[in-house]
Amino acid sequence: MSSESDGQGTGSPSDDAPLAVKEPISSSAHARVSPGDVFFKNLTRTAGIGLLVLIAAIAAFLVLEATSALDANTGNFFTTTEWFPNQSPPFFGIAALLFGTLLTAIIAMAISVPVAVGIALFITVYAPRRLATPLAFIVDLLAAVPSVVFGLWGLIVLVPRMNGLQQWLTDYFGWIPLFSTSEGLVGRSIFVASVVLAIMILPIVAAISREVFLQVPTAHKEAALALGATRWEMIRTAVLPYGKPGVISASMLGLGRAMGETIAVALVLPASFGISWHILSPAGNTIAANVANGFGEANEVGKGALIASGLVLFIVTMLVNIMARAVIARRREFSGTAA
Amino acid sequence: MSTTTIAPATSPGGMDLTGQKLPMTTLAAIGAGAVVATILLYVVAPIDSRIQFVLIAGSLYLIGQSVASVMVEGARKAVDRFVTTLVYLAFLLALIPLVAVLASVIAKGAQRINYDFLTTSMRNIGARDASGGIYHALIGTLEQIALASLFAVPFSMLVAVYLVEYGRGRISRTISFFVDVLTGLPSIIAGLFILSFYLLALGQQPSGFAGALALTILMIPIVVRSTEEMLKLVPDDLREASYALGVTRWRTILKIVIPTALPGIVTGVMLAVARVAGETAPLLLTVFGNDSINFNPFSGPQSALPLYIYAQAGAPQQVAVDRAWAAALTLIVLVMLLNVMARMVARFARVR
Repeated sequence: MSSESDGQGTGSPSDDAPLAVKEPISSSAHARVSPGDVFFKNLTRTAGIGLLVLIAAIAAFLVLEATSALDANTGNFFTTTEWFPNQSPPFFGIAALLFGTLLTAIIAMAISVPVAVGIALFITVYAPRRLATPLAFIVDLLAAVPSVVFGLWGLIVLVPRMNGLQQWLTDYFGWIPLFSTSEGLVGRSIFVASVVLAIMILPIVAAISREVFLQVPTAHKEAALALGATRWEMIRTAVLPYGKPGVISASMLGLGRAMGETIAVALVLPASFGISWHILSPAGNTIAANVANGFGEANEVGKGALIASGLVLFIVTMLVNIMARAVIARRREFSGTAA
Repeated sequence: MSTTTIAPATSPGGMDLTGQKLPMTTLAAIGAGAVVATILLYVVAPIDSRIQFVLIAGSLYLIGQSVASVMVEGARKAVDRFVTTLVYLAFLLALIPLVAVLASVIAKGAQRINYDFLTTSMRNIGARDASGGIYHALIGTLEQIALASLFAVPFSMLVAVYLVEYGRGRISRTISFFVDVLTGLPSIIAGLFILSFYLLALGQQPSGFAGALALTILMIPIVVRSTEEMLKLVPDDLREASYALGVTRWRTILKIVIPTALPGIVTGVMLAVARVAGETAPLLLTVFGNDSINFNPFSGPQSALPLYIYAQAGAPQQVAVDRAWAAALTLIVLVMLLNVMARMVARFARVR
């Protein structure tokens, strides 16, 4: 009897009660350890480590398949602004693509973040409590629309509708280099592609900002209002300072999403090449869209070159994501002690 | 402009704690004034886009309202009103693309979609032919997402169980962190990885299976995260009760914890399926596309709905673009159905 109760960890009630309080459940102080337990624990741990191996494998195989193409390259991979990997000798570089990727993603972020913060404020502060959940669901629906549908819509519906706005921008703001159209004004411009990207990243930036704003302690908000603050002054003094790190990392996650978006950009932007700040002009393409456009006609070296460009995209998006997550993680610890 | 006509609201004789307030009628008048002014502007200097019209009318309203508010209510109140209007506008602005996309897809897709469209393939359909359908693409998409779920769900659940039930210390924190990082993996990278690993390094041919592998990578972080959240919601009392009855830990997890969290886990899986069903980029590199029906996902190129839309949208003929809209409608209906079903599962589970 006594040996059995030892094994199960069930002593007299007076012994058991303090134990249950002190020991966390998962320390398995109460459970029998059986061979099945050991096997199951190792199985789940293997799966977890398998996930780390997967990420390492992604990096390893991209490097492996990119090297032969990089060896054959007669241009400088980092500074060449042209992309002719299929000719012999191959001549290609990432510079123009990386520039286009960063430019479209940053413009998309600049358009999207203010609107997303507005949406998050609307749902958390302004909207009636009962409407908040359905309204949030409506914004989330935007995330459920597949990117190829956004691309189709952008190409056929949005591009012709943006002509007026683009003409107006270059007429009145053409003196700003960004809106200059010395290479000609086109409907399928970097600007329109960025607008499509902005729409696509809007739900994720809005959702994370919303969650951060919801975590603002009610006491802070009520204190501001009790001191006679208007609603905006309450937002400025209580909500925004508390939510700032969250909004920053939400923006960075949106940036990463925008940089990796492929099909919508491939449909909206014509396949052109070059480095240009003139966002109403056709010059420029992104890494991801270039893979989608160029894969069909790529030969052995061409595929390797596309994989090499993908490796650059992988590294850049991973860095952006890791930084964003680090900001959130630090915030989580902080809010844990404050709440 | 209409702002000049506003007289300050009559103030009562005694103490007024609330101060002066702009009446709703004044705000409506400012709105009407802004629209009229924009129309006048339109007559003088033509504006050639509706977007511009809305932008100008909106800014005129903002200016008019702010001037009126500063005059009547004071600067602080005016700023508050200004921000309130901006926040409402931001929300309305977000609704425009959602409504516009759904309206376009439904209006243009409904013209072309019919029973024939759903049950024929593109085999022997010429570039200018108006016939043809999505049967082969539908088969491909369903098989690929089924295979991807088959691979991703068990693996992701094991990872989630490790993180919630066993995970302590640095390994678990690292895994958890990289699950988050993997959420941001661009879908084209998943495609390029399967291209490098399965097609180039292992020398396999494009197939539905290769596409399913790429989709698996995209599903894993979503399913892990949602399963983890659901497992954390299972009360510790249930685990304790099970241990107290002498049930071992792994049987407690399999028989008590996972069944309790199952509806939530199912919801997460369905949302993940909805998410990857619309992925195009990885399939482009791994499944390759096919105009004929191919039931076998393990050999030969297949088609998929997103691939089909991409191919038809890029074609110059109007008949192809019409097919793209109809296929987009099918895909959106599929994805929205999954979304709604997922939320219904979640709701019914909460009642219990």
